[in-house]
Amino acid sequence: MIEKTVAELSAALAAGETTSVALTQAYLDQIAAHNETLNAYITVCADSALAQARAADEARAAGSTAPLLGIPIAHKDLFCTEGVKTTSGSKILHNFISPYDATVVERMQAAGAVMLGKTNMDEFAMGSSNESSYYGAARNPWNLDRVPGGSSGGSAAAVAADLCAMATGTDTGGSIRQPAAFCGITGLKPSYGRVSRWGMIAYASSLDQAGPLCKTAEDAAILLNVMAGVDDKDSTSIDLPTEDFSAALNDSLEGLRIGLPKQHFAEGLNPAIDRAIRSAVAELEKLGAVVKEIDLPNSDLAISAYYVIAPAEASANLSRFDGVRYGYRCENPVDLEDMYKRSRSEGFGEEVKRRIMIGTYALSAGFYDAYYRKAQKIRRLVKEDYARAFEEVDVIIGPTTPSPAFELDSMKDSVTMYLEDIYTIALNLAGLPGMSVPAGFVDGLPIGMQIVAKDYAEAKLLNVAHQFQQVTDWHKQKPALSTAAKTKEA
Amino acid sequence: MALTKTEVEKIAHLARLHVTDTEAEEVAKGVSDILGLIDKMQSIDTDNVEPLAHPFDAVQKLRPDAVTETDRRDELQKLAPQSQDGLFLVPKVIE
Amino acid sequence: MQYETVIGLEVHVQLSTESKLFSGSATKFGAEPNTQANIFDLAMPGTLPVLNGKAVAMAVKFGVAIGAEIGKHSVFDRKNYFYPDLPKGYQVSQLDYPTVGKGTLTVTLDDGSEKVIGVTRAHMEEDAGKSLHEDYQGMTGIDLNRAGTPLLEIVSEPDLRSAKEAVAYLKKLHSIIRYLDISDAIMAQGSMRCDANVSIRPVGQEEFGTRTEIKNINSFKFVERAINYEVQRQKDVLEDGGRIVQETRLYDADKDETRSMRSKEVANDYRYFPEPDLLPIVIDDAYIEAIRATLPELPDTRGARFVSEYGLSEYDAGVLVATREMADYFETTAKLSGDAKLAANWVSQDLQALLNKHGWELDESPIQAERLAMLIQRIKDNTISGKIAKTVFDAMLDDSSDVDAIIEAKGLKQVTDSGALESLVDKVIAENPDQAQQYRDGKVQVIGFLVGQCMQLSKGKANPAQVNEILRGKLS
Repeated sequence: MIEKTVAELSAALAAGETTSVALTQAYLDQIAAHNETLNAYITVCADSALAQARAADEARAAGSTAPLLGIPIAHKDLFCTEGVKTTSGSKILHNFISPYDATVVERMQAAGAVMLGKTNMDEFAMGSSNESSYYGAARNPWNLDRVPGGSSGGSAAAVAADLCAMATGTDTGGSIRQPAAFCGITGLKPSYGRVSRWGMIAYASSLDQAGPLCKTAEDAAILLNVMAGVDDKDSTSIDLPTEDFSAALNDSLEGLRIGLPKQHFAEGLNPAIDRAIRSAVAELEKLGAVVKEIDLPNSDLAISAYYVIAPAEASANLSRFDGVRYGYRCENPVDLEDMYKRSRSEGFGEEVKRRIMIGTYALSAGFYDAYYRKAQKIRRLVKEDYARAFEEVDVIIGPTTPSPAFELDSMKDSVTMYLEDIYTIALNLAGLPGMSVPAGFVDGLPIGMQIVAKDYAEAKLLNVAHQFQQVTDWHKQKPALSTAAKTKEA
Repeated sequence: MALTKTEVEKIAHLARLHVTDTEAEEVAKGVSDILGLIDKMQSIDTDNVEPLAHPFDAVQKLRPDAVTETDRRDELQKLAPQSQDGLFLVPKVIE
Repeated sequence: MQYETVIGLEVHVQLSTESKLFSGSATKFGAEPNTQANIFDLAMPGTLPVLNGKAVAMAVKFGVAIGAEIGKHSVFDRKNYFYPDLPKGYQVSQLDYPTVGKGTLTVTLDDGSEKVIGVTRAHMEEDAGKSLHEDYQGMTGIDLNRAGTPLLEIVSEPDLRSAKEAVAYLKKLHSIIRYLDISDAIMAQGSMRCDANVSIRPVGQEEFGTRTEIKNINSFKFVERAINYEVQRQKDVLEDGGRIVQETRLYDADKDETRSMRSKEVANDYRYFPEPDLLPIVIDDAYIEAIRATLPELPDTRGARFVSEYGLSEYDAGVLVATREMADYFETTAKLSGDAKLAANWVSQDLQALLNKHGWELDESPIQAERLAMLIQRIKDNTISGKIAKTVFDAMLDDSSDVDAIIEAKGLKQVTDSGALESLVDKVIAENPDQAQQYRDGKVQVIGFLVGQCMQLSKGKANPAQVNEILRGKLS
């Protein structure tokens, strides 16, 4: 049962084929069996999950038809969960029991979902491998020597290995799409402003966006229906008419115009991925889509602009972690400055400190124009590239990542790691919605196809992804967990 | 663009991070590498481009002036490393 | 050498909203520590700001009142620095695009002349919390109740040329803010705070001298003292051949001196950048006009009306409109008593003296406008004389009963009974035969003395006009 999709589980629960308690217990058993190896969860909430499951079963008996009633979910550990430890993957929040719920958590709960626990992640969502987590790296279920991607690596690994039915993630530069690609699952980054950021521990406020990690596009639509919507607590959430994201899933792709950015099929792309994506696109052509090459001339600069804007915003967002009101404080500070400096230096990991340093430098007197302002100008150019492209095409398709999941500890310097996000990062700058769907295997590892649509056109993305999943079965492939575990032991 | 040790120290102080002498060089290298990546931006002319702060042209919403919060001090202060008489305690500020 | 003083003021005013600038916490003064600090105010991870519309309306109201340009597209920025009373590690403020742009304020100087002072800008920002340096186990206590209270920072041009001008500007600003009812603006409570940028330059020199910024000035009186001290200090430094260091100085009211805050000077680099959690505030003409329609009559306009409508002198009008409360008090008194000039005199002299003597605010006065108006009516209808009225006024301080009851109880009613007055006059003529004779001999001015004697004898209760008439009749 645990390998089923959300849609299937909903049907099974509604038909009385199983109960939420049974289902929740099954996932808890799977967690017990595999989390030690995968390290996908930082916190597992077995007791409260079972209590919620019982409540869900009772609610169903009483006639409730909430969309996610009784279905177990895992939340990335940067969503604040009242009464439950919320760490953002950092030592500095090792003891932080959130006094409130994130809007996303609240909505999932209101929809009847059962929270299994909190998933592992790169510290403060800064990373593409999950290795910067203070709680140890999560592993890729397809190969335990490989990273699950990041920063939502724990969520992706948990979904791939059936340690939950669905999970939440956040995407600042690719943090939903890249781990989804690496773990062979479906991940959706909605348009900026589509989902409330209230209660989501900020990395880079103008780029961060929450979205679902799940098994199919159909599930992603169901989850987005629950997550999306304006929130008075988030000034940057957008007030759009309520939309049923499942409504267009079965629309025909006849005449769909697909753009393939030449910059995303260029040097640096693993040739096997190149081939896999082109054959995936050929499947879409068979469904009636027409394909043309497009130009995104400022693609290369997106990563440069991103590594100014994200660290700059982060440098300020992370100033609140100062050892005064909550979180880690160093032992025996001699004075205030010592308390600040040691609490922060001991509480933050290396990558976080590096990005704070970069951001602080980029904003400092004399450098603002050359870095921050310049990056914001590039940001506009990147957005304009996409706007131009969308005059000619309906969706833009390419690889999610240039290579499949890499080995743990293999990225020796930050810059090499940063280049892993080369195809995903521009969307965050432009605020556009994007998805990664499984599109093949390279060296036994799953790879992802990225689909991009224009502002607020999530329904179009989901339609294309769903139609693709009707004619392919990459998303149905499962990692051989016990084998993987044995490999590790050997 | 390479950072000097003095610059590293200045930036670290602004960010309230502790960098030892031995770390300073490594930090300088790490930061300089990233600046190398960033500096590609300088190759393009953006004189006539307006900076973009938010992905979309949206306008700030205004909230009605109403007190919606209740006192949760005792509960919230349980999260604090040190508190007394309802106050958060910090080491004395050395003026 | 002759020096000219150049002053610019940065005034922080706490906007009197019910809730904070970006959260729904209360802003009441004097609450128990940290009971008005919610999860956003404590900068809990994941919390976000939502802007209080009332604060924006108040800022725009101020802007419209001083004829300023209103920012149609204003932007919040983060100002980054670490301090324990600043929970987020940045203050949300407005750098390049403030809500209120250039405007002006006209002040009246001691010699009666008027001077227009430029206001550079006024921007919204969050207040910080408070650090309590009393000893808590050798540590500092942090109270974040104040953190996030909306502030309007009003920055003047360096147009002020003396401490007195600075005080006149500050008082005018205070007056307008009180008229607009956008802040309590009580300096002693910190709801209005003033920093002064002070420099001096040789008379005739165009270029400004190096300035110092004086902080922590918490009364109008101290503004004058602190600036005067600082100007003298700068003169002394220059006369001794030294040079002025650009720095922040703290005013110590106890010692009446400013002193350097060197520790704060360590390379502040605030790394401002646009606050990504907030979007631009867009203000259209309709919004501005709607706010303009709510503006009360401001002191200058009101003063002019007092001159034209009530026939007051410009000076009296200026005194009466200095605060909205005083002007309201006067107008109520004038209307109820039917005599604006008498009302103006009583309010600006007797009442003002009373407030000064006791250090009262207007609303603390035991004599409110209704009772004062009644007193004036009793002068006008000859129930009491102007002189007796002073006695009644004094009695009203300790006796809250109505004016007539006090006059009655104290037997202060004017004697108008002609029989009683005639016997009084007869008695005075009999006791002062010489003066009576002098009058009869044509020295008519002596009548004043005789009236005075009658008044004295009646303990002021005789109606002086009637006495005068009877005296003239009896002596002719």
